[in-house]
Amino acid sequence: MSILINKSSKIVVQGITGRSGLFHTQQCREYGSQIVAGVTPGKGGIHIEGIPVFNTVAEAVKYTEANVSMIFVPPPGAADAILEAADAGLELAVCITEGIPVRDMVPVKAMINQSKMRLVGPNCPGVITPGECKIGIMPGHIHKPGKIGVVSRSGTLTYEAVKQLTDNGLGQSTCVGIGGDPIIGMNFIDVLRLFNEDPQTEGVFMIGEIGGAAEEEAARWIKENMKKPVGAFIAGVTAPPGKRMGHAGAIITGGKGKAEDKIRTLSECGVVVAASPTKMGDAMQEAMASGGTKKKSK
Amino acid sequence: MNIHEYQAKEILNAYGIPIPRGRVALTADQVERAAKEMGGRCVVKAQIYAGGRGKAGGVKLVHHPEQAQTLAKELFGKSLVTPQTGPEGLRVRRILVEEAVDIAREFYLSITLDRGTSRYVLIASAEGGMDIEEVAAKSPEKIQTLTIDPFTGLRPFQARHIALQLGLTGSVCEDCVTLILNLYKVCLEKDCALVEINPLVVTQAGWLMAMDAKITFDDNAIFRHREYPDMMDYSQLDPLEITAGKYDLAYIKLTGSIGCLVNGAGLAMATLDVLKEFGGEPANFLDVGGGATREKVAEAFKIILQDKDVKGIFVNIFGGIMRCDIIAHGIIEAASEVNCTLPIVVRMDGSQVEEGKRLLTESGLNVQCGDNLGDAAGKIVRMLG
Repeated sequence: MSILINKSSKIVVQGITGRSGLFHTQQCREYGSQIVAGVTPGKGGIHIEGIPVFNTVAEAVKYTEANVSMIFVPPPGAADAILEAADAGLELAVCITEGIPVRDMVPVKAMINQSKMRLVGPNCPGVITPGECKIGIMPGHIHKPGKIGVVSRSGTLTYEAVKQLTDNGLGQSTCVGIGGDPIIGMNFIDVLRLFNEDPQTEGVFMIGEIGGAAEEEAARWIKENMKKPVGAFIAGVTAPPGKRMGHAGAIITGGKGKAEDKIRTLSECGVVVAASPTKMGDAMQEAMASGGTKKKSK
Repeated sequence: MNIHEYQAKEILNAYGIPIPRGRVALTADQVERAAKEMGGRCVVKAQIYAGGRGKAGGVKLVHHPEQAQTLAKELFGKSLVTPQTGPEGLRVRRILVEEAVDIAREFYLSITLDRGTSRYVLIASAEGGMDIEEVAAKSPEKIQTLTIDPFTGLRPFQARHIALQLGLTGSVCEDCVTLILNLYKVCLEKDCALVEINPLVVTQAGWLMAMDAKITFDDNAIFRHREYPDMMDYSQLDPLEITAGKYDLAYIKLTGSIGCLVNGAGLAMATLDVLKEFGGEPANFLDVGGGATREKVAEAFKIILQDKDVKGIFVNIFGGIMRCDIIAHGIIEAASEVNCTLPIVVRMDGSQVEEGKRLLTESGLNVQCGDNLGDAAGKIVRMLG
């Protein structure tokens, strides 16, 4: 078992004929992912690397039974691409595109909330279930099938954590990069909830950053609901306070978002927080040894 | 992307929001002429990319054109240090001269994105002026927020609730409804990350007016506004930041001696954390992002070397999209071009890592490779001893 994707996921790539779309399609296929279709409006009917290209996602679904989309559409058209994936009835869209305007994402997020499709990203490395399926831009070879679910706001820092979890033998069940944009699809809690119910996942490692309040909300959810041990790392402990412009952001978050606040809240909720990015694998091992928050409190 | 107060006001005014009569000046003589035009008694406002100017002496009421000129001479070329600028401050290159307005009441009004709900939110308070953050912290009940539904947009009845809660009545209340709806229009049509009027005032004569304004554009939306790049005041940015921007790199200046070249913001922050843990102080960091090319890495390397505080360089790249041998080529190319003799420690992981390491060790540069993050951070700190 795993979450979100596995070896039977059938993938349609939106933006397959673009440079990075095509490159990563090939990479994912080499990893073993089933890429069944591509979509580029105006190029329907051609084949690229043996993969049939359609004008719309709906057509791709009709002829190939694709159920998951990987989106590489450039920023001006990316929000529309997400909505098209939802409209075509897909289960999941993973949007890699970086740089989508906020104004485009506000209505998309509202639409997705009413749709049955899950969205991961945008501006994220993607999702991987090691040994089965890779949908995204992460280097496949650092992963190893195993028991830890990984959820992260960061890209390359996730690879660092994954490598440490591979090196110490724990391995990963599924890794989900939820993305670093102000507006994203699935958040920490959405992913934690799935890991909580997944039999293969025995523990979860969470990677957060300064800014926002997502880590604190996740911490409180973990305290209340999580049946499995959780380890975490928060990047930016030593980051200098930003040159802030205007007041509105500070008012909305009520001064939240500092690394030390996040670390304190996570620790209070029973999460083992790594003190250094070199110790992420160690923190996870410690969490596994201590048996998790729920078991401890009982 | 930030713009100046006077530019923000021009945008608001184009959407029917009243602003004081004013003129932008680049020299003290222009300030004097503008002051004369305003009738002598006027407000002189330094234009910098930061708030908190009033307390730093950047905004003053003057009574004669000569007084305006004297003040302008003082301000031009001076660096204003405010709580939002950092210790080095920002140079004043433009001054806004505005008519003095007699104020009856002050309010706060803004629209920004609320990450919690993924929607735009309108924020209003009857306690306008400089210390709005203090109001928010001490008496949050004095702040009104309204989450805007993207499908219905901001409705007139909602704007009316806000205006009434601010204590406005009669025709000023209806003027405020129109103003709030126009502010939302600005936010959407101009792709704003923030649009803020603080204070919004009612004048003694009974008119609404935006006395100060701040607009921040969404960097991701600049592609659909051709006029934005020309609105940028480059004198307000670090020159290295500008060069980095040209190559789509993110450069942040810090206070230590180690230059850092990293891919990805999260990894960059973690790199700073680990350097400090080993006793090192970063001089800057340059995020080359995921899709960097050999050319980008080379440019990034040169930018880091232009920072005179840099005594050693730490490269931390976890290749996802990027191949390690390409990184190595970029580093070697840039270092050879500028004859770099500073110690370099490279920590690379990901695809083609062995080839990348081989290229570096055989390059003849003063370079060491680290096996992992901790090992590499320890090496660069020791090399700088």
